[in-house]
Amino acid sequence: MSTLNSNIPAGELTNKWTKYKSSVPLVNPANKRNLEVIVVGSGLAGASAAATLAEMGYKVKCFCFQDSPRRAHSIAAQGGINAAKNYQNDGDSTYRLFYDTIKGGDYRAREANVHRLAEVSSNIIDQCVAQGVPLAREYGGLLDNRSFGGTQVQRTFYAAGQTGQQLLLGAYSALERQVGMGKVEMFTRHEMLEVVKVDGKARGIIARNLITGELERHFGHAVVLATGGYGNVFYLSTNAMGSNVTAAWKANKQGAFFANPCYTQIHPTCIPVSGDHQSKLTLMSESLRNDGRIWVPKKKDDNRRAVDIPEEERDYYLERRYPAFGNLVPRDVASRAAKERCDAGYGVGASKKAVYLDFTFNTERYGKIEANKNNIQNPDHATIMRLGKEVVKEKYGNLFDMYKQITGEDPYETPMRIYPAVHYTMGGLWVDYNLMTTVPGLYCLGEANFSDHGANRLGASALMQGLADGYFVLPYTIGDYLSKELATKALPLDHPAFVEAENKVKETLDTLINVKGTKSVDYFHKKLGLIMWDNCGMARNEAGLKASIAAIQQLKKDFWSDVLVPGTTDELNTELEKALRVADFIELGELMCIDALNRNESCGGHFREEYQTEEGEALRDDEKYAYVAAWENKGDGEFTLHKEELKFENIKIAQRSYK
Amino acid sequence: MSSLSKAFSSSIGKKVIMGITGLFLISFLLVHCFLNAFVFFNDNGLMFNIGAHFMATNWFIRAMEFVLMGGLLLHIVQGARLTFQNNAARPVKYAVANGQANSKWYSRSMGLLGTLLLIFLIVHLGNFWVVSRFTGIPTHDANGHEDLYAVMKKTFENVWLVALYALSMISLGYHLLHGFSSAFQTMGWNHKKYTPLIKCIGLWFSILIPLLFAIMPIAMYFNCIK
Amino acid sequence: MSTGNMNLTLKIWRQKNTKSKGELVDYKVANISPDMSFLEMFDVLNEQLITKGDQPIVFDHDCREGICGMCSMFINGRPHGPKNGITTCQLHMRSFKDGDTITVEPWRAQAFPVIKDLTVDRSAFDRVISAGGFISVNTGNAQDANNLPIPKANADAAFEAAACIGCGACVATCKNASAMLFVSAKVSQLALLPQGQPERYKRVQNMVAQMDAEGFGNCTNTGACEAECPKGISLENIARMNRDYLSAKFVSQEEA
Ligand SMILES: Cc1cc2nc3c(=O)[nH]c(=O)nc-3n(C[C@H](O)[C@H](O)[C@H](O)COP(=O)(O)OP(=O)(O)OC[C@H]3O[C@@H](n4cnc5c(N)ncnc54)[C@H](O)[C@@H]3O)c2cc1C
Ligand code: SF4
Ligand code: FES
Repeated sequence: MSTLNSNIPAGELTNKWTKYKSSVPLVNPANKRNLEVIVVGSGLAGASAAATLAEMGYKVKCFCFQDSPRRAHSIAAQGGINAAKNYQNDGDSTYRLFYDTIKGGDYRAREANVHRLAEVSSNIIDQCVAQGVPLAREYGGLLDNRSFGGTQVQRTFYAAGQTGQQLLLGAYSALERQVGMGKVEMFTRHEMLEVVKVDGKARGIIARNLITGELERHFGHAVVLATGGYGNVFYLSTNAMGSNVTAAWKANKQGAFFANPCYTQIHPTCIPVSGDHQSKLTLMSESLRNDGRIWVPKKKDDNRRAVDIPEEERDYYLERRYPAFGNLVPRDVASRAAKERCDAGYGVGASKKAVYLDFTFNTERYGKIEANKNNIQNPDHATIMRLGKEVVKEKYGNLFDMYKQITGEDPYETPMRIYPAVHYTMGGLWVDYNLMTTVPGLYCLGEANFSDHGANRLGASALMQGLADGYFVLPYTIGDYLSKELATKALPLDHPAFVEAENKVKETLDTLINVKGTKSVDYFHKKLGLIMWDNCGMARNEAGLKASIAAIQQLKKDFWSDVLVPGTTDELNTELEKALRVADFIELGELMCIDALNRNESCGGHFREEYQTEEGEALRDDEKYAYVAAWENKGDGEFTLHKEELKFENIKIAQRSYK
Repeated sequence: MSSLSKAFSSSIGKKVIMGITGLFLISFLLVHCFLNAFVFFNDNGLMFNIGAHFMATNWFIRAMEFVLMGGLLLHIVQGARLTFQNNAARPVKYAVANGQANSKWYSRSMGLLGTLLLIFLIVHLGNFWVVSRFTGIPTHDANGHEDLYAVMKKTFENVWLVALYALSMISLGYHLLHGFSSAFQTMGWNHKKYTPLIKCIGLWFSILIPLLFAIMPIAMYFNCIK
Repeated sequence: MSTGNMNLTLKIWRQKNTKSKGELVDYKVANISPDMSFLEMFDVLNEQLITKGDQPIVFDHDCREGICGMCSMFINGRPHGPKNGITTCQLHMRSFKDGDTITVEPWRAQAFPVIKDLTVDRSAFDRVISAGGFISVNTGNAQDANNLPIPKANADAAFEAAACIGCGACVATCKNASAMLFVSAKVSQLALLPQGQPERYKRVQNMVAQMDAEGFGNCTNTGACEAECPKGISLENIARMNRDYLSAKFVSQEEA
């Protein structure tokens, strides 16, 4: 084990970033034109980085596997984006956002990074509004905010239930502007399959043109990965079907350490699984917890309809257990509480694996406010509910419609049934303060890195982080590296490093096609997902983790000897694409279990059953585990642990309490 | 100028030409229908012939006739071009297309309706316009005006022509039903408050005008008008 | 609960690549549950094909929750299938009956060439956006977000236009394969906001020029696009774009 240097600038926490920015080496405009940067990913992090780097004058190539950069999975984010603007005058500040994020992350994040995130959060909102992102407004024409879990201020900016979409379309338009000007070359339907290293530095990638199957070599003075999260290792998650770990995993194999892989966020409010056919899970935004109350019947196996269960026979268990934060406790806490109730036999719905999210109470409250506003004297109940429904509809209409589409039930009439589902991965490639991985010249942004959320991410903070990384952090920090690369000439594409990397990819592709086994890729993916969900999901324990490591190793063998990938490598072959991704998920799954087994404590999204308080809350071990676990891939399933000690100099580390 | 001609050759420009000429033809229809309605005076066409005489001799109207012909031609040529281009924009057709689920058949059939109207127009111009402008109207009425009314009476003794006229007016009705409000949309004259009004006027216009036009030959055929 | 009892006949467009000729091929699927999504039904069919050693049907999809705009099937003569206001991935099998025959074709337009089976190339949309669908503001140039109050009505209208997911259903359903609804949604969003004013007239000219260059057809106001758009983008946007375009071409002195 070695320790890692996170290159945090010296000085006062609040001044680090300002000082860094004014002292980081600059690259002059003439030189920028000769420096090429590869950005893999066109989500919030990738698109904002690619656009900004191009605006600054670098030559940029940007890649995504979808048919358009606008379809990156950031598009699906619903609820909102945090920023310490204090527009609501409710006492918000940079420090408070910093503090909430560290605490929400259960004291497993790096102070300097999180403070920088809080500092630039305001700029993000300014930038997005300037781009024409239509964030929600109040009647006075100023920006509106809503509240999210884990905080007591209203700092979440939103655009109905489509915040991610609107922010991404903003970044996408900035990106397309640069594409139009010829400063970014965009490669859609391309999948990066290898990092090319020369003399230990990242110098390019191998990408597969998904339409023709051709392997392409691309040179870059630096390579930036912004390839999103790996929640699909669980097969079922709220991620898009194509979300994958491949880029990060290839980087890991090339020497970029993978940090905290076991930190997974299970989101409390998702639509429950309806059957074996299920291909993905759908999130119901956290913002719903603002206005919905979560409950289960007080009686076990209560089969009455929700509306038939009287008020006094309902258990609003979050409000009961956490009076201070109530329904707005952080996600990990809410998810575990739901699991606890369902495991104890209080679940609802046919599968009994669901709890109610009920809007009646707030619909009524809104209805009364509206009646007041409209000067309706003594309105009857129906009028109140009608008026309230209109308010709810304006706030969450699209989410309600989505729910109805999927379940066939009308959430205006009957409470939603929800259950936790895999949603976000806090782990990712280890990066230093500059967002550079342990491979020089290889950077990692957005959900793909591990940086800012510790063991649990607060709602509306991922969009903030992705855009912070892409718009405001990387464009500065990359200069530190590139200013030393001015003398590096673009490598010819027949350089042995490119040839070798391409051959390696080709070999993998051929091997997969030639297994000609009997089972589809999905078969293995589903199996992996089940192992992960049962043993490395919401609750983990030593025995389960050990068993699943063995099971995954077996699964890996079976996969490589029995997978059936039809077609050829030189055509659009979606099964081949899936196979490549699942092969990497299997290896990652093993590492996640190894990491979870190593961490003998409970923190945030990582809950080890052996380590809990008497009330069932997560029990951290700050003596032994206040570190980032960064894993080096030695090949053949061997991993070495490197630690980055976490020092809390500005926040007093404490037991997290939301009571 | 090049910038203006470019504007007219753009997709929106082409549509604007359709819209403007369409609105112009609509205004012509109104005048035409108004004058023709003089036959309903039941005075053996005296009033009608006065109107016709005025139309044939007033210099402004004569000048406008050229504009009308120009507009008509532009509407036809442009319409045909649009139809061909739009057809080419989807070289492979759908095996199953369920257009009625999302739009009105007549909105999707403006090219067809227009072609029917063109056929009608050729017959119609042959029947009256060629006669009055070129071959000459044979008789005069009691006022000494050329008796266009008599030509009309004679023409509408032919039951096939009456049928053609009546059916063509159905085509015209549907063509207008789409065209009237469509022209406004193309010109960008869309407004929450006025658009419903335009649609309403468009509806009545496309019913009443063709109906009036259709009644004339039928009424003459059955000798309801004398 | 996992399997149901619907048996269906599917007629699906198969085409090896852009150059080859395609055809409709018949398939049967059994035990389909009404709770499945339409794409999950395709997963079942593909699993069936793969284990038989056949090539699975290639179709575009990603988020499977109606927001990325990737899914794009022309189902029984309508884009995204028989229900209004949703995408293909949001369509559930409870919208069909046991014994139904369902025809599935790719989006068809000159500007959207078929890549394989049900997958088409919609990059024309990206090129239209890069011709002008943005506000030219570099990172770091922005003023405080609340320095620019925007009337809620305008902000809401801009948001409604901005909700377009770029799926291309409007083009697919339009008898002219016109892209006016898509283009006008972006033009409108930016025209409704104060930030969008400086480039307003230049933008509309450039975007329309690119749209025409891509080979989309001409709008004839049939309204099919609005009726089929999964995000309810309104025809008012097209009128607004026409208005802006005419002002740009005939009133403004600025050349695009
Ligand atoms: C349903 C849902 C709702 C959410 N709601 C919120 C919310 O309300 N607030 C909030 O703050 N966060 C939310 N999140 C989290 C947040 O949306 C994501 O964490 C964030 O958008 C990730 O952005 P990204 O740029 O890192 O990655 P992504 O947006 O996932 O982009 C990844 C990009 O990488 C590309 N890519 C991946 N692999 C490869 C490869 N091998 N080769 C080439 N390209 C590749 C993809 O094409 C894509 O362009 C939500 C997430 C989900 C799933
Ligand atoms: S306007 Fe509607 S149909 Fe057209 S691309 Fe946008 S969302 Fe799809
Ligand atoms: S798959 Fe994303 S909209 Fe259908």
